[in-house]
Amino acid sequence: MTDAPLHLEQPGWRSTLRLAFANRSFMIGFVITALVAAMALVSYVWTPYDVTHLIVADRMKGLSAQHPFGTDHFGRDILSMIMVGARNSIAVAVVAVAVGMGIGVPLGCWAAARGGWVDETLMRFNDVVFAFPALLSAVMITAIFGPGAVNAIIAIGIFNIPVFARVARAGALSLWPREYVLAARAAGKGKTLITIEHILPNIASILLVQGTIQFALGILAEAGLSYLGLGAQPPMPSWGRMLFDAQTRMMVAPHLAIFPGLAIVITVLGLNLLGDGLRDVLDPRLRRQR
Amino acid sequence: MSLLEIENLRLEIGGTPILRDIDLSIAEGEVMGLVGESGSGKSMTALTIMRLLPDAARTSGRVTFDGIDILAAPEAAMNRLRGDDIGMVFQEPMTALNPVKTIGEQVAEGIRWHAGANRADAEQTARQILDRVGLPEAKFPLSRFPHELSGGQRQRVVIAIACALKPKLLIADEPTTALDVVLQKQILELLRDLVDEQKMGLLLISHDLAVVADMADRITIMRHGEVMEEGETARTLSAQVHPYTRQLALASMHVPDRKKHAPSADDAARPLLSVENVVRHYPGRRTSLFSRPEPFRAVDGVSFSIRASQSVALVGRSGCGKSTLARMILALDRPTQGAIRLNGAEVSAMSETELKPHRRDIQVVFQDPYGSFNPRHKVERLVAEPLHLLEKQPGPAERREMVAAALHEVGLQPRDMDKYPHEFSGGQRQRISIARAIITRPRLVVADEPVSALDVSIRAQVLDLFAELNGKLGVAYLFITHDLTVARAITDDVMVMHEGRIVESGKTIDVLDNPQSEAAKALVAAAPDLHRALQKRLAEQG
Repeated sequence: MTDAPLHLEQPGWRSTLRLAFANRSFMIGFVITALVAAMALVSYVWTPYDVTHLIVADRMKGLSAQHPFGTDHFGRDILSMIMVGARNSIAVAVVAVAVGMGIGVPLGCWAAARGGWVDETLMRFNDVVFAFPALLSAVMITAIFGPGAVNAIIAIGIFNIPVFARVARAGALSLWPREYVLAARAAGKGKTLITIEHILPNIASILLVQGTIQFALGILAEAGLSYLGLGAQPPMPSWGRMLFDAQTRMMVAPHLAIFPGLAIVITVLGLNLLGDGLRDVLDPRLRRQR
Repeated sequence: MSLLEIENLRLEIGGTPILRDIDLSIAEGEVMGLVGESGSGKSMTALTIMRLLPDAARTSGRVTFDGIDILAAPEAAMNRLRGDDIGMVFQEPMTALNPVKTIGEQVAEGIRWHAGANRADAEQTARQILDRVGLPEAKFPLSRFPHELSGGQRQRVVIAIACALKPKLLIADEPTTALDVVLQKQILELLRDLVDEQKMGLLLISHDLAVVADMADRITIMRHGEVMEEGETARTLSAQVHPYTRQLALASMHVPDRKKHAPSADDAARPLLSVENVVRHYPGRRTSLFSRPEPFRAVDGVSFSIRASQSVALVGRSGCGKSTLARMILALDRPTQGAIRLNGAEVSAMSETELKPHRRDIQVVFQDPYGSFNPRHKVERLVAEPLHLLEKQPGPAERREMVAAALHEVGLQPRDMDKYPHEFSGGQRQRISIARAIITRPRLVVADEPVSALDVSIRAQVLDLFAELNGKLGVAYLFITHDLTVARAITDDVMVMHEGRIVESGKTIDVLDNPQSEAAKALVAAAPDLHRALQKRLAEQG
């Protein structure tokens, strides 16, 4: 009889990779993100100029062969500053996303598995955190505990928690009534074990996509905080601070604002494209419609 | 001249041939049954007629509808045809309606679009057609939303939309597969009456020979994208000239050969499972802010018992509480009142830890062979899942051996354990599901509609497997189903459930041949039966 196997798309890693390479927005996003990350890594071992070395004679030079992006008002090389600034932006965003995921995902899974008053309490608490304007509260936190990269990370991280908790809970709730979860319960498995074995692997893809989006938002938030002088402190260069320094000199030397601005825009765009692409690659429903 | 004429239709999607040289014709007022198993190209044929194929599809051949060449017609002309001259009824009434629009709007929409009627006229027509399909305005005003209707009522709305403009051709793609047998009968009768009244052509797509035999004047049997046989229904199905027709007919009437496992005297005396006066309430909908909502009694005072190696069917219409009862027996849910005992121990009062040793004796097979497995695990891990219940955890080598043995028992190869579930067909997945259920050697397996999502031939094989395991392992079954042929094929005793209560129980043959309660009579009368349908057709023709 016709009992031949159906040829559906395999969820294995190899075919996922193949799909990823065929996806345009994933590839563009991936290349941009990889370039930014590579730039940040290279800055640890080499930059065109020392970013703490001030040469006032060379201040506010335009674009030239020696300084491809020009120099700032202290004569520092803009390209070098952007490279070192990338390091700072990425570090803050990565740790903030890790904090959000590390706390938010377990909370969301717990709420979905436990239900009842635990779910209610956690999610209402979530709503309360959501109700605060994130960036303003981050300003408040850094204003109280003092400016600096670590406090910026904590401030941005706290506001990532409810985002991940919500996404994890929604994903987990849709999985709990599935028959394979019922079968696992009939096999006597506890809620923790079922969450680890069945729930987490199946919500990993939506969490990953949310992660890239939060990463992009983290970079924006960090730029915002440093613009206000609450992020990384001088002499450590950061993109937001470079924008702040440039704003009074916009008319004289527009390149001071253009390059850090472009760095932020391109990085965020790259991460959003990466997230979009990941969603297309990982979500089998969208995949089948293509 | 025929209303619809399909000649040499070929269809490729992304280079894969889907349909090969399909010939099919429907005259005005004729019912054509299109039968085939999943993947045979039935639905693709219907979508070709509607020109609703995916973008990557390439067609050749000729499809003529009422003198119009469908394959060559511009999209604007197709838009005029769809919903006006060709109506379509889909399988799933839950998703075929827009949840945010009222049923009145949805029925009137097509009328306004095609007939250019104003709102009031369109609503008047909508009212008439809804009344015709059995949703009179007094009880079902146009302002109802789809979620306020039951599955059968929603399917009536879908039919109303399809028939509102008196189409010349109605395409019904498995219109009753998602409904229980009583609703199925009502919907089929409605379709037949509408066809007679409006002189429509009807293309009825189904995998169920009995349904088609009852409805269709002519029948086309498809397999692998090709037409196997075509002809007048009663003659084709009784002569069974083509071997595939014969195979399908045999499979749909298949009764497994059952070798009874002789229970020991001790087993026969003591019940394996006893359900005592079980009640399950669900919180009802609040009618006002201050009054306590009236609870909904999903299961209402049910008592019965199952002996070792006994095979029992629990039949009833959808929503009668069968699945809620099953969940309580599986200890996935707790009864509001009453007790469930397994081997004399009251499992319904135990904590999860106390339950663990008892869970080994009771396992489950679900309906949906696609949803029963975590798509990211390999078969070995899926089948081994209940081994978690054993006191002594087996080592990796022993575990693989046990999985291999279980797979062998359900007719799969031990090497299948390194594959993912999506590499298997529906029938094979159901076998994996059964392997998972029997690996701990349970005494009772609860099977919730285990074969209703399968094609007839595969259904026959899976029923055989259930019968064989019953004989070999002496496992008792509780089959939950609305399909009486399944109950008849494989169970000793049957219980009929209606609105949360068991209204009739007894030997399967006695109850199904001579039902006493209203609920059982309705189920038996509505169950499609190939023999009966053919006899009726042959008698009509003399």
